[in-house]
This record gives sequence, C-alpha cells and structure tokens, in this order.
Amino acid sequence: MIELSDVHKSFGKVEVLKGITASVAKGEVVCIVGPSGSGKSTILRCINGLESYDRGDISVEGLKVDRDAPSIVNIRTQVSMVFQRFNLFPHRTALENVIEGPLFVKKEPRAQALERGRALLAQVGLAEKADAHPPQLSGGQQQRVAIARALAMQPKAILFDEPTSALDPELVGDVLGVMRKLADDGMTMVVVTHEMGFARDVADRVLFIDGGVIVEQGAAKTVLNQPQHPRTQDFLRRVLHPL
Amino acid sequence: MKGFWHDAAEFFPILMNGVALTIVVTIGSLLLSTVLGLIWAMMRVSGIKALSMLSASLINVIRGIPIIVLLFYLYFVMPDLGVTLSALQAAILGLGIAYSAYQAENFRAGIEAIDKGQIEAAQSIGMGWWLTMRRVVLPQAVRIVLPPYGNVMIMMLKDSSQASTITVAELALQGKLIASSTFKNTSVFTLVALMYLTMSIPLILLVRHFEKRAGKR
Repeated sequence: MIELSDVHKSFGKVEVLKGITASVAKGEVVCIVGPSGSGKSTILRCINGLESYDRGDISVEGLKVDRDAPSIVNIRTQVSMVFQRFNLFPHRTALENVIEGPLFVKKEPRAQALERGRALLAQVGLAEKADAHPPQLSGGQQQRVAIARALAMQPKAILFDEPTSALDPELVGDVLGVMRKLADDGMTMVVVTHEMGFARDVADRVLFIDGGVIVEQGAAKTVLNQPQHPRTQDFLRRVLHPL
Repeated sequence: MKGFWHDAAEFFPILMNGVALTIVVTIGSLLLSTVLGLIWAMMRVSGIKALSMLSASLINVIRGIPIIVLLFYLYFVMPDLGVTLSALQAAILGLGIAYSAYQAENFRAGIEAIDKGQIEAAQSIGMGWWLTMRRVVLPQAVRIVLPPYGNVMIMMLKDSSQASTITVAELALQGKLIASSTFKNTSVFTLVALMYLTMSIPLILLVRHFEKRAGKR
C-alpha cells in the first residue's frame, strides 16, 4: 500500500536519507526505531508530502507522492498523521478539531460530521471533553483528540511521529492503548517510536534505521529480541538498559 | 476660564463639523489600509517569489515617502495625469496607502508568529494554502495582531489632521480657520486638542482590552 524505493533526501549538505527501500502492506503495523537524527521522522514526513525528497520513489496505493502536485491533497486525505507535539488547533474545541477536516476538506454535511466526531471522541475515551479547548486538556488527552482528528478523515493508513515522546510517563499508557486498539481493528500504521514494549507487542514488523539507512528489518519479535546487526544490538541495549 | 467656556459654547458646533470629517477620513483610510495591508501581507507569505518581492518593494516605497508628499501627489499631480480626485477622496486614498505598509508588516508578523506545526497539521488533513490561512492561521493571528492594530487606529485618528494640507476641513483645519478669523488661539486650539483626546480615549481603552485578551492563553 505504501512503497518507498531508493529514497534519498538531503537538508543542505547533510544527507539524512541514503536510499530507503521499504513497503507497508494493508493492515500492517510497522514500527520505525533508531537513534535520534537517524532520519526516522523524515521518512514519515516524506510519505505524506510534508517534506520533499530528492531521489527515488514513494507511492501510496500506486499514486506517486509529489508535494507540488495537486494529487498530494488526495494522498493526505488517505494517509493521516499524528504529531509528536499534537498540533491541535488551539482556537477550536476538541470536537471542532475532529470535524474540521471532514467539514471543510471532505465537505461532509454538518450533522453527519458532528455525529461521527462525537463517536470518534468516545472511541478514544474523551466523549465528555468534546467542548474543551486543547489548552484545558492534558497532553495525553490532546494526543487522543489528535488521533480522533486523524481517524475522522477515514484514512487508509495513519503515520505516527513519536506520538508519546512529549507526554508525561503516566499518560503514555492511555495513548498507546488507543493505538493498540486501532492496530487490532486492522488499521495500517507506521509508527516512529521509542516505546520498545509497544513495538514488540503490537508491530508486525520493525525497521531499525541508523545514519539514513535501514540497518535491519524483520518481524518485530525477531529484530527486538534477537537483533543480528551489532548497531541494532548496541542501540537496543542502551534503550532497554540505560543504566 | 469663564472666557474659555463662552468661546467653547460658541465654536463647538462648527468644530463638530470638523469632527465629522475627521471620523470619515479616519474610518475610510483605516478600512482601505486594512484591506491593502492584508493583500500585501498575503503576497508576502504566499511562498511565490515574484509576489513576495513585489510586495516587499511596494512596502518599502510607501514607507519611504512622507504622508504629506503622498497627499500632495494624489491631490495636485494626479489631475495632470487626468485623474481628478476630491480632497476627501485624495485624503482617504493617501492615508490608506501610507498606512497599508505598516498594517502589512503588522499582519505579516502575526501570521509568521503562528507555530509551523499548525500549518503542518492543516496540510496533513488535506487543507490547501487558502483553507489553511482562513481556518487555521488567520483566526490565531488576529489575537496577536489586534493590540498593534489598535495603536494604528490611534495614530490614524491623529494623522487624519494631515488631510488639512489638501483643504479637507477636518477638525484641525476647522480650528485653524476659526482661530485665524477670531484670534482666540488659546480657546480654539485647547478645544481642538481636547476633542482629539476625547476621541482617542475609547480607542486607548480598546487597545488595553485587546492586550488583556491576547495575554490570556
């Protein structure tokens, strides 16, 4: 469903992606792990055209990703994104955040969008927060609203860019719980994360990225429990046993 | 003091005619400068190089010309080019254009103060440039822009007196005419100053309200 082939990307003189080739099948949950600055987030941002890429090919459902072509809107409504810093619209309520896309991009009738919006907020456990503004919500609640906003577009896949990295530790579980349920329901997900427990339990596959290349990939349990490459072994040792 | 109140009662009605024109010039040029300023600001942040450069040079040209020269140009030079404007039209046009440069810079600062993540969130749900502006960026920028906008309103009210140089009989010119025919300079100009001040006070309070509101959240 999402195909990347030999994708290169530089920021100025620094090459952050040095030939990434990967694919994500429908219904699959793929976690991307690796040290900071390895290019993980850039891969996600290239998939929905928030970032351009210099060489190679990215396609979603056979449609080439080109951020300057009109078709990018089509891709973005099929592939939603959840950000590390939530990026909710602070001047709108939780419910308004969720229905913004359906109402103004997809031109859904208001009554229908409202009904679905409320159902989605209930799905992420925030039915009673519909009329709250983002600054009145905790980080975990904001991120769950952001997930509801992504779901409201009825996407075929969702990209998660370190969705729990900006959260207090005790709020991480709520967000991961919602994501786990999505995975169980068959949503296609690409998740950049440092939560190795989540990757091991929920992901079908794990890509380990370092220095802009995929160092190792495979079934989640294999890569995380018996890593083959020394760099993967070293990274996992440091993440899992920081002391 | 007794003389002042006597003079005030006598001149007040005539000066009120000036006040009416002052208000017309202020509101007219405020509206024009707001619309033009928004257009320059949108061109500036459009991401299209030609538009943004055109807008930047326009703003610099406008900023570099004194308001009074702009007014003379519109009122005395334009007729030579076949465009005749009434004094009032020239005043509103001149002040509106002059202030559009400051409005544009103010609006641009407000737009650029919006977190980049907001724009990415809008794009990620499929919004195009204009929808992102209308639904996400501008509503948030308004809060930031309002306090300086209020200050521009106060400056405009006072600068509307420059219209007197091209014969618009607003408050300042009306006062000058009375003073030069009655020689009661003290009474007349004190009264004129008090009338400007009276008009400014609601605007000053409005700015304070905007600042308080922007300070929340």
